[in-house]
Amino acid sequence: MGGAEEVHALRGVSLDIHPNEYVAIMGPSGSGKSTLMNIIGCLDTPSSGLYQFNGVNVSDMNDNELAKIRNREIGFVFQTFNLLARSNALHNVELPLIYAGVPAAERRRRAKETLDHVQLGDRVHHKPNELSGGQRQRVAIARALVTHPSIILADEPTGNLDSKTGEEIMMLFEELHHQGNTIILVTHEADIAAHAHRVIRIRDGKVEHDELVTGRKTYATA
Amino acid sequence: MYFLNELKEGLGISFRAVRANKMRSVLTTLGIVIGVVSVTLMATAIEGVNRAFDKSAEAFGTDVLYIQKFPWVSNEDWSVYNNRRNIELKYAERVERHATLIDAVAPVVSTIRKVTYGDNAMDDAFITGTTDQYLRAAGFTLSDGRFFTPEEASGGRLVCAIGATVAENLFPNEDPVGKTIRVEGYPHTVVGVFEKQGGMFGRFTADGRVVIPMNSFQTHLGGRRDVTIQVKVANLKIMEDAKVELEGIMRQARGLEPGQANDFNINQQELLTQAFEPISLTIAGIGLFITGLSLFVGGIGIMNIMFVSVTERTKEIGLRKAVGARRRTILMQFLTEAAALCLIGGLIGLAIAFPLSFIIDQFLPTAMPLSVVFISIAISLVVGLISGFLPAYRAARMDPVEALRYE
Repeated sequence: MGGAEEVHALRGVSLDIHPNEYVAIMGPSGSGKSTLMNIIGCLDTPSSGLYQFNGVNVSDMNDNELAKIRNREIGFVFQTFNLLARSNALHNVELPLIYAGVPAAERRRRAKETLDHVQLGDRVHHKPNELSGGQRQRVAIARALVTHPSIILADEPTGNLDSKTGEEIMMLFEELHHQGNTIILVTHEADIAAHAHRVIRIRDGKVEHDELVTGRKTYATA
Repeated sequence: MYFLNELKEGLGISFRAVRANKMRSVLTTLGIVIGVVSVTLMATAIEGVNRAFDKSAEAFGTDVLYIQKFPWVSNEDWSVYNNRRNIELKYAERVERHATLIDAVAPVVSTIRKVTYGDNAMDDAFITGTTDQYLRAAGFTLSDGRFFTPEEASGGRLVCAIGATVAENLFPNEDPVGKTIRVEGYPHTVVGVFEKQGGMFGRFTADGRVVIPMNSFQTHLGGRRDVTIQVKVANLKIMEDAKVELEGIMRQARGLEPGQANDFNINQQELLTQAFEPISLTIAGIGLFITGLSLFVGGIGIMNIMFVSVTERTKEIGLRKAVGARRRTILMQFLTEAAALCLIGGLIGLAIAFPLSFIIDQFLPTAMPLSVVFISIAISLVVGLISGFLPAYRAARMDPVEALRYE
């Protein structure tokens, strides 16, 4: 995982995010945070400027190359979970591995392992409609983790959850960060952003603030 | 290797999608099912017609030539042939004397008369006057009794051999051999019965015939007639040579000069099959095109539903792309779904058409040709791939960001 990431947002923004950072990108709607997230996540390419990901310039990559990076290096977590409704938890988590061409047996093993890791080992065969909101988001997080990605990109991960469940999920992210993952959170809520170690505030396509958080919420890790 | 995996994954997704929308899948596939049933039944019917024709043409014998005034198939006006001189009895003797490549030759004259036996009658029996060589020259077989002897033939004895239909009409309950029937009032004793031939050309087969010696015919039913000289060629391989030889003999018999065209025709079964083929192909072409239209409509139904399916799953497509699916993968997923639906439709269509083909068989002896089975399956797949392509392409080209935002 070495190397720096530089991002230029629409109105001339320059950012570096390093491995094992826990960053929150905060801003109101229309601030450009979604565009920024899409570029970071290789879902979109910048119209001008340079995006270096893990030392590689991805700004001019074609669709197939970007898909490969998304598959291997980026784990998405969405506000609306975006699970396949007709598949069970195991198959949902397997999805990135399927596109990575991993053989079936190994796929299943890794997916099961990752579900265990997020405390859902006993729900592998449940379909999304048989799971609570918090459990669904955990499946989504497991899916994001299963390829051991360079970054985990979460877009309003607690937006569809009640506050108690939301806190549980934020606890999970804290743990994942502690285990070495790089976490990038995109949100418009200040108290969610406060969980991160560094907050980047965006407004009107420009970075307003970029500072480490003092007095942030922490969780005692066992 | 990767392709196979993608295919397997695509199939898995397809079956799950089909199961989730059972009613919709059934209705969509129905179009393909009906299309495949129509096309295969049409092909089966065409096969039946062709078979019926081939069987009927058999009645003329593949190795029999007919020297006649008229050609069987012609584009010209009948008057061209009407004015020709009749073929005469004596030519048969010439042919017999000079031809080396033939097996048998018999002169044949015919007319339609009433025949009776007791209270039973047949109004339109095909009375045929000929020699003892006729059985071989025509390639007929007997199912009962014998044909007339040379003595009976030359002596103009009052004997006859009858066809299966005549036997059915006059002798429904008894053995015809040995009984005496009346041909236009003249008594003839039945010596033999021909094997049933069936087919479309009823008049020309043995079935409706009453065959009597030439002399008897000419004495009782009229002498001045146009004769057909029926010739059985020794074997099929020398057919062309035999034709040339006969042509030579006939030209000499007719006194034709080297530059003059033939004023007779040597007809053969092949003429019929040659004439029939273009007709058969045209009918087949039109028939299959029309039924193919229904399959086309089925394909449109598939395309329509696939577009709906793609739109419904926009978010899913966005998610798959976000997680690393390439355009090609998405394309394959939806193509597989369309092809799978069509293949299922095709197989169901075949399963329905197969028993129905037995019903057609009752009216027109036929069977579903094996080639049609394979072609139907192939066409179903192709229809699926073509119909599914545009929707699948649209899915593949979706922008993941837009797709994920879709409500």
